[in-house]
Amino acid sequence: MATKVNTSDGWLYDPILPDPETWPIVKLSHNREAFLKELVELSIENIKESLGNNPANLKDELARTLYTEKIRLNQTPWKADGPDEKDFWSKVKKDMVRINAGHENPNAFGHEDLAQRIVKRYAEEIAGVFDVQAYDFAKGFTTFLFARLLNASQNKGLSRFFASRSNLHDKIHLIGEIDHVRALAEKGTVIIVPTHFSNLDSMLIGWAIQSIGLPPVLYGAGLNLFGIKIMAWFMNRLGAYKVDRRKKNLLYLETLKMYSELSLRKGCNGLFFPGGTRSRSGMLEKRVKLGLLGTALQAQRMNFVEDGDEAKKIFVVPVTINYNFVLEAQSLIDQHLKISGQAQYFVENDDFSTSSKMLRFIYKFFTASSEMAVRFGTPMDLFGNRVDEEGNSFDPHGNEVDIKKYFYSNGEISKDMQRDAEYTRMLGDKIVERYHCEAVVFSSQILAFAAFRIIKSRYSKMDLYGLMRLPADELIIKPKELMDRVDKLVTRLREMQANGEIQLEKEILEGSLSAIIKKGIANLGIYHNKLPLMYNVDGDFESEDITILYFYHNRLEGYELHKVI
Amino acid sequence: MNSTKLSEDKAPVGVLGAGSFGSAIGNLLAENQHVYMLTRSQDVADAINATRDNRGRIMHQNITATTSIKDVADKCSLIYPILPSAVFRETIKTLAPHLTPEHILIHGTKGVDVQLPEGDVLTAEYKLNPLKVNTMSEVILQETIVRRVGCLAGPNLAGEILNGQPAATVLASRFEEVIKIGQRTLRTPRFQVYGSDDLTGVEIAGVLKNVIALAAGALNGLGYGENAKSLLISRGLVEMIHVGKYLGGDALAFLGLAGIGDLIATCSSSKSRNYTVGYRIAKGETLTAILADMEEVAEGINTLRISRAMANYLGFRAPLTETIYEVLYGDKTAEEGLDYLMKFPFYVDIDKTMFDGA
Repeated sequence: MATKVNTSDGWLYDPILPDPETWPIVKLSHNREAFLKELVELSIENIKESLGNNPANLKDELARTLYTEKIRLNQTPWKADGPDEKDFWSKVKKDMVRINAGHENPNAFGHEDLAQRIVKRYAEEIAGVFDVQAYDFAKGFTTFLFARLLNASQNKGLSRFFASRSNLHDKIHLIGEIDHVRALAEKGTVIIVPTHFSNLDSMLIGWAIQSIGLPPVLYGAGLNLFGIKIMAWFMNRLGAYKVDRRKKNLLYLETLKMYSELSLRKGCNGLFFPGGTRSRSGMLEKRVKLGLLGTALQAQRMNFVEDGDEAKKIFVVPVTINYNFVLEAQSLIDQHLKISGQAQYFVENDDFSTSSKMLRFIYKFFTASSEMAVRFGTPMDLFGNRVDEEGNSFDPHGNEVDIKKYFYSNGEISKDMQRDAEYTRMLGDKIVERYHCEAVVFSSQILAFAAFRIIKSRYSKMDLYGLMRLPADELIIKPKELMDRVDKLVTRLREMQANGEIQLEKEILEGSLSAIIKKGIANLGIYHNKLPLMYNVDGDFESEDITILYFYHNRLEGYELHKVI
Repeated sequence: MNSTKLSEDKAPVGVLGAGSFGSAIGNLLAENQHVYMLTRSQDVADAINATRDNRGRIMHQNITATTSIKDVADKCSLIYPILPSAVFRETIKTLAPHLTPEHILIHGTKGVDVQLPEGDVLTAEYKLNPLKVNTMSEVILQETIVRRVGCLAGPNLAGEILNGQPAATVLASRFEEVIKIGQRTLRTPRFQVYGSDDLTGVEIAGVLKNVIALAAGALNGLGYGENAKSLLISRGLVEMIHVGKYLGGDALAFLGLAGIGDLIATCSSSKSRNYTVGYRIAKGETLTAILADMEEVAEGINTLRISRAMANYLGFRAPLTETIYEVLYGDKTAEEGLDYLMKFPFYVDIDKTMFDGA
């Protein structure tokens, strides 16, 4: 079924829906007005319900919203805020004073109207507009950009910049259960949930999703990014919806969740980074954020309520994005150590806040990067069950499962938010578990793990922050010592791969020990100013920067690997 | 025996296991609705259905015994597995194909399951990664498609419940729905059901207290009195919390019915199997001889070996567990074990960090 295409221009698969008019995301954009109307109605319904359907509570909630929004306007104004933001809230305030003065009785008419106006504004801000032409352009543009930048690194000199077409897929490996994911996207709605290590992840995953022939996905992007013109232009047209982490009031959160739920119900494929932010420590996500994931459960339940056995199913695809080199490693690990070490304060530092900074970042990223792998993991239903290519769910023993019944009580579908929240938590755990199984190990990560553990074992009494301050001459490792550890790690990792507990790059699976070490040292964080690990003049291994070494080591945390070395 | 007529609209519930605790829970449930009870042998099922007699225990008239696990699963969407931990996984595996996502399982097994690599045996030196230790609810989640699980724990000596004496249990589940349905089906005028959302904590508390019960029996077998027993109970609780942390149990759960409540009951009662094992050891019998003539499993023995192996792996000290192990499996007598503990350099009563994160 899946047609692999000649990959010379970077495309791996035929699109499964060739006609853009059939893309759910396009249909959604065509019917934007009707969609927004439904979104506002349903959000208001949920807001009222979570306030116990009590008008007095709504009044209090409105006051709280107004208060926190005023603070936001004064303390953290962003370029991405609408130009009439201040006016809007001043008007809300005026009306609220008027309503409160005119009607002592909280049951009075007025508060719900006001809530509707606020929710409508939020809804309009959140919802994006998809544009097929821009999508086509972006598709070509990213492929061009990625390919040229990689070319530039392979061939010396700018004259070669436009020379022979390089095959992007030699550098960025798209692997895993791609046929399976494609089949499911035809049967139901797919949610892609990738790991998150770098700012480039969202572009990379967007490109990967196109490359395997899926129709575009809907994804949330931080509203702050829309302050950058070039980003705003693209994201506004690529189906991004806006997420504003400054707004934590009930009205906003319910609207955002309903937006996500409703678009899934309309069949739009989704993309969440469930880790929330990039992994600062370099470890795989240990837990995930459940807010937007929970909307998938709601959407699935509503699909069953509306369509019974004919209902579309929603599938989750854990994806791991695997790097030899994370450009932001230094600032990420610094932040991580600062937070875990002191825990007092943390100021989020945006690595690129202007267009030019971002382009520099992208350029450096691709010229610097060696291989990377995007692995599409085994798809599952929202309850973590295995699904076949037809979308049927199965228990661990191969019996088919009717997942509709997870929502049953007394033989019929019932709404129980606490139950759904629990299912969501379990799904989150399952995603984390799958990340560990779907992660692709590179030789460089094994080296980092072995080297850091050797140094750590020399100072077993010292805490992490002590280790981070070790002087350079303490960071030397004899080749024999490292070989020995790498040998043990490779043996164990091969066992784990055989059990499906982890994935290994080809060299680790088949290569000799010296080949693994050679490849590892050639790739480990190679473009950092100070190298996490290198050969010194005596032929020993030496780390110029133990914090970065620690960062790359962390990728193999959580597998109990320290027990084998 | 109670003979109230049940209303028709109440769905029947299932009980897996017709041992003493299974019978006790079955009889309680039968006061509220019809019960389908799984027995291992056809003879026992026939006897229950014909004469209400279950090897000396009288079963409620609303109980139908069967040997067909499929029958129980088809008729009941709420099932209480009350099985020895040693056969728990196997039984759940045979149940699995008959389950739908609508099923709710609430177990009453105070033991843990360990999946060892083939050929491995839990010796005194064995190093056991706690990740390989599963609570019964984890076994259900691993083997079946059921997600709505819960457990029962607390001071529930089966004999007393069967006699209609007052008692209470704690029903733990992360699903409010499960707690509610458990309360609705299980509560009787003589049996109170408390809810808790700390499933793991409650399971672990119920499991670990069995080890301390072994020691309590031994102390009594040696002829010592209340000071000694109180010392054991309070130090035992501290050690339970300590070991429990490694299995993911929160300290607070140990302060409830499943922890201190159950601990007091099992450490005071000669009706407890674990207590009996300890008692007879102190009287000079060998473990092999005791196990040979016990009708039902003493879960504490299995838990003891697992705790010991886990301590080996993680490298922590658990003096009570270690000593009981030496008395049961090593060459220490009960008296020597006690001497050792009395000389052990404990200095702090309560380590406050135990409650960190509580």
